[in-house]
Amino acid sequence: MERTALPRAVGVGRWQEARLVALRDESASARTLRFDVPDWPGHLPGQHVDLRLTAEDGYTAQRSYSLSAPPDGNHIEVTVQVVPDGEVSPYLVEDMQPGDALEVLGPVGGWFVWRPEAAEPVLLIGGGSGVAPLRAIWKARASAGIASPARLLYSVRTPGDLLFSDELLTAPGVAVLYTRGAPPDSPRAPHRIDADDLDAHGLSPHGADGPPTCYVCGPTPFVEAVTQMLIETGHAAARIRAERFGATGG
Amino acid sequence: MNDDEVPQTDAYVDGNTLAGPLSAVFGGDLTTATAVCAGCGHAAQVATLPVFGAPMGLVARCPGCSQVLLGYTDLPGGRTLDMHGMASLRLPIA
Amino acid sequence: MAAISRGFHRRREQNPALPPGQHLTTDFPVLSAGPTPHIATDEWSFTLTTETGEQRTWTWADLQALPSERPNVDIHCVTSWSKLGTSWRGVSLDVLLADVASSAPYAMAHSYGGYTTNVPVADLTDGKAWVVHEFDGRPLAPVHGGPARLLVPHLYFWKSAKWVRGLQLLDHDRPGFWEGLGYHMYGDPWKEQRYHGQ
Repeated sequence: MERTALPRAVGVGRWQEARLVALRDESASARTLRFDVPDWPGHLPGQHVDLRLTAEDGYTAQRSYSLSAPPDGNHIEVTVQVVPDGEVSPYLVEDMQPGDALEVLGPVGGWFVWRPEAAEPVLLIGGGSGVAPLRAIWKARASAGIASPARLLYSVRTPGDLLFSDELLTAPGVAVLYTRGAPPDSPRAPHRIDADDLDAHGLSPHGADGPPTCYVCGPTPFVEAVTQMLIETGHAAARIRAERFGATGG
Repeated sequence: MNDDEVPQTDAYVDGNTLAGPLSAVFGGDLTTATAVCAGCGHAAQVATLPVFGAPMGLVARCPGCSQVLLGYTDLPGGRTLDMHGMASLRLPIA
Repeated sequence: MAAISRGFHRRREQNPALPPGQHLTTDFPVLSAGPTPHIATDEWSFTLTTETGEQRTWTWADLQALPSERPNVDIHCVTSWSKLGTSWRGVSLDVLLADVASSAPYAMAHSYGGYTTNVPVADLTDGKAWVVHEFDGRPLAPVHGGPARLLVPHLYFWKSAKWVRGLQLLDHDRPGFWEGLGYHMYGDPWKEQRYHGQ
């Protein structure tokens, strides 16, 4: 079966310099950063990069971020949420300016990916900044004009925490589910995503277009809870791809 | 950021986090490879392994018996990879 | 030559109470090499094994019957956070080691779940180490190493093995879990001994 191969750069696994070309505030504490990477080999939606910062005294720090946009020549985007007391995220979100540089390793990750020839439905469920790689998948799939249905469930604390709000808030097929505070006119009281949400906004494993591939991304407890719910509502474990991240990123 | 106030679970992530470090060591993606546990024989894709230890290092454990399959650190003195708990690694055709 | 990120720097801390490269934290970060074991106190035991194979085992009741102390100490994690003035309750290793005959200079701590870490015996004696079972006046939570953990605060905190179940006395120093992956065999925070080769 022919499948789109993962992009291979010359010297895969090699760090290369990236320069910030644009930034966009997503919320009061999150920012999308657009980098120019001269030898970028392309990537599959869902993949991530490792970013490395080096201080003048040689001190380095490294973190992983999902690519939040589909392939776009030499440009990549990551969306960073400030972690309280973090070391790297405050620099990326609050200090870094166009023209500044860092190093990037990637794209990496061959598991949590969406391939353009995948025609089956997709069910994307993201918690907090876990929506970032799902947004890349969502946009890539829309551009590819795939006929089968796609749904995105985005669990987020409050409207103030929303990422990609202009794209996702009113997009058909996207359900924004607040867990702590919702707008006054919201028909859904804020609560953790539950089976009723999956039922109302997800895709059935027995739909006319066939079972969807599910992509779940977010903090580990969120991913565990949602994965369990998907299995309990009949989705096959083999059709669930998950990416968990933890509190140690900062 | 934990959007969902579930009770505190163990602090772990999954094998997706190994993608970068292992690509730098092996020159390719290993997250879709299947790791077989030297202890209990359980086979699982690297991306799905529970991974502990951050930020000191990355410790991928067997989902079956919890033994360490792979230990990795990237320190100023160099990188270390310990895979003695893994009996084999099966890489899929790309 | 790595690209320098303009304006990026490590956290700067000027507190003289902190070892080099450390910063103060007010919470209590959890780092673990594996899942949290859940050991009931009625199945818990702690075993000292000497270099000759002699063993001495204490049950939870045995431990509780021993004289306890309330060390108030600063702790320093190799990942750069430090906590000052943490309060614990437990039994001094001096009390436990008094019960065995040993001249071994080294020790390996073993934990439920398989974690190990090596410490010289000289760093466990003379009031430098405890098996503690309370933190902040409450039973030590499993996520922080309960029912009992080793506490050796003058070394980096990975040496304070969570879920400790025993100490093996050795004639020769051997690397424990993190030491085998490149962390320093001794781990003195005041000399910033984080890794091999320092």
